[in-house]
Amino acid sequence: MFANFDFDVIERSWRYLFVTGMAFTLRLTLFAMAGGIVFGTLLAMMRLSSIKPLAWVAGTYVNTLRSVPLVLVIFWFYFLVPYIGAWVLRSDTPIQVGAFASSLLTFVMFEACYYCEIMRAGIQSIPRGQVSAGYALGLTYWQSMALVVLPQAFRNMLPVLLTQTIVLFQDVSLVYVLSITDFVGAASKVAERDGRLVEMYSFVAVIYFAACFALSQFVRRLQARIAVVR
Amino acid sequence: MHYHWNWRIFWQQSPDGSGTYLHTLVIGLGWTLALALLAWALALVVGTIIGVIRTTPVRWLERVGNAYVELFRNIPLLVQMFLWYFVMPELVPQGLGDWIKQMPPPWGAFVPAVLCLGTFTSARVAEQVRAGINSLPRGQRMAGTALGLTLPQTYRYVLLPMAFRIIVPPLGSEFLNIIKNSAVALTINVVELTARARAMQEYSFQVFEAFTAATVIYLLVNLVIVLLMRHLERKVAVPGYIGMSGGGAPTAGH
Repeated sequence: MFANFDFDVIERSWRYLFVTGMAFTLRLTLFAMAGGIVFGTLLAMMRLSSIKPLAWVAGTYVNTLRSVPLVLVIFWFYFLVPYIGAWVLRSDTPIQVGAFASSLLTFVMFEACYYCEIMRAGIQSIPRGQVSAGYALGLTYWQSMALVVLPQAFRNMLPVLLTQTIVLFQDVSLVYVLSITDFVGAASKVAERDGRLVEMYSFVAVIYFAACFALSQFVRRLQARIAVVR
Repeated sequence: MHYHWNWRIFWQQSPDGSGTYLHTLVIGLGWTLALALLAWALALVVGTIIGVIRTTPVRWLERVGNAYVELFRNIPLLVQMFLWYFVMPELVPQGLGDWIKQMPPPWGAFVPAVLCLGTFTSARVAEQVRAGINSLPRGQRMAGTALGLTLPQTYRYVLLPMAFRIIVPPLGSEFLNIIKNSAVALTINVVELTARARAMQEYSFQVFEAFTAATVIYLLVNLVIVLLMRHLERKVAVPGYIGMSGGGAPTAGH
């Protein structure tokens, strides 16, 4: 079955795949992870807030985005971002936004909902007495969050946050629907140009599998280490 | 910035000749549901088999099950779609490959999409089935053996009936996931709900109306399933067990 498998096409194009495609994928993954965790933590704090309207807004936002396919969210933001940009810059016409900025905003807004649920569980895993102790020592809400609750919540949730990041790394491939040259996009361009779909898509699958499998094994080991210390 | 809202667009004729835009979207919903339900059936069957063999005392079966789950979890769904659609017909014997490639339009993409979504979700179902079986007290398996049941009988009459009742809530959220994931099938030209909203946007230029409609439809489907699942969960809940729907460890995923 590999009789007419053309390994040469991979040798010819791997540089393009990694330097252009994979670099985009990794950059987007890392920035979206950072932004998603920050925004997700804020959403989690809002959901747990005693101010009811704040909790309601965050809850509705998270539940809505979690019920809609990522592909649809990508389309939404692709068309919405120029209008948001125009609104921010007080411009009369929708402004041009680059592929990277547009998809970064999409993934930060979308993945924040999943990071939010993880951080919410992390915050709830901290005994209430610790917050009370913080207040008793004279810390403000923000101080007790930043110095007492969140560091522990992050530590407890680190394996789940990283697993979610592996999911994010895989989800980034969906920017393909906007014809952006991420790793899959680059491979599909070469595949269509050279008529080598079998080779290119198999190669992409092997690379993704190797990367995600290695990362998930690392997370598993980390999980065991964290569990031992406690 | 100006955007001309025109909500009456849904009653205009769609250029693809299938009726109004609203009609087009409803047909899209039909394809989404057909794809999700068929894939779900496949996922339940395969996922149960894989989940079961991962809990048997036979070591090599356990390894095969683990390898299966890792394979489908570590490749993006989009890439798996391409593998089923572009690569699979080339790797199977030529007669079968040609037959697959010559299937008439909706089916040529629909069948690979069902296989892809089904196997992708089966790996997740297998995780739940395994967790359900492992959550049962060891004594149940031993009691089965002590009563003279064979291993398959122990699974059929003792372990699986209990395990399935316990894992109904997580299986419900997997079902919600399969509906969302079915949108990825638009990359291999299955014209389901999201694809039709996108087509409507391209024909009519009413971007936000089209996507709002699709979003509302997804939310409604979600709501109906959540309500049905709540009913089912109450019906099959094992007395004396704390429900798993609200609590449970947080997991990553979609």
